[in-house]
Amino acid sequence: MVTPSLVLFYAAAALTLGGGLGVVMTRNIVYAAFALLVAMMGVAGVFLLMFAEFLALVQVLIYGGAIVIVILFALMLTRVQDFEHLSDNRQWPIAAVVAAAIFGLLAASTVGTSVRTTTDAAGATVRTPVAFDALGESLFTQWAVPFEVASLVLLVALIGAVVLVRTSGGRD
Amino acid sequence: MIELAHLQVVSAALFTIGIYGVLARRSAVLILMSIELMLNAVNINLIGFATFVDFGGAERALGQVLIIFVITIAAAELALAIAIILRLYRNRSSVNIDEIDLMKW
Repeated sequence: MVTPSLVLFYAAAALTLGGGLGVVMTRNIVYAAFALLVAMMGVAGVFLLMFAEFLALVQVLIYGGAIVIVILFALMLTRVQDFEHLSDNRQWPIAAVVAAAIFGLLAASTVGTSVRTTTDAAGATVRTPVAFDALGESLFTQWAVPFEVASLVLLVALIGAVVLVRTSGGRD
Repeated sequence: MIELAHLQVVSAALFTIGIYGVLARRSAVLILMSIELMLNAVNINLIGFATFVDFGGAERALGQVLIIFVITIAAAELALAIAIILRLYRNRSSVNIDEIDLMKW
């Protein structure tokens, strides 16, 4: 049965997969960065359709606002000759075959496995949203320690990144 | 109606696109972007299971908590990887991974 939410889901999925294909197909690396942005916005749309507004917001802010910008900065700082006409390496046909095989395996195994989903009285599958406060309570009570560890990991990674790219007194 | 299988197929397709990008692309920055695609494929799968599966009254928020952790680790990984790529570019004047064969025999 085609419902408006299903149509919206197909639109979000088309955005996601089209953006993903753009990342791996385009010859211009700047276009690839913008295709990545499109794919990330598609994933944010999927989050919205699953009633996960907070995650959609985080997705737009972190991926759209931070990660794509950082990647564009990396592109500007590593300007190389084949900037606008990238080529794939010689093993790309093998890569395509391997990717198709993995897709077949993943799709067949996930679709073929029956999962007990929540249904309404008529037997139709329903989406159960996670309440905003339930997410916050779970994150800051039961998973508070992993949350702090994750923030520590982020801090250490950022300090490590600064140390890696630092030029020591302009010598190198 | 949106079914769990829809999300699983989209997730599998996005993951596969990411695998192709990692295997076939030459630029280190593009490989990084493909890894981001794969991480997002995992997130789609997680949100699908968190929204559709019948947990029988148990923790449903865990799926979304896991996605927040995945996004956090992805940000940390990206910062470090960009730093390594910049360092590589400064030392070798290239981010083409086919030329980074110092440890290959």
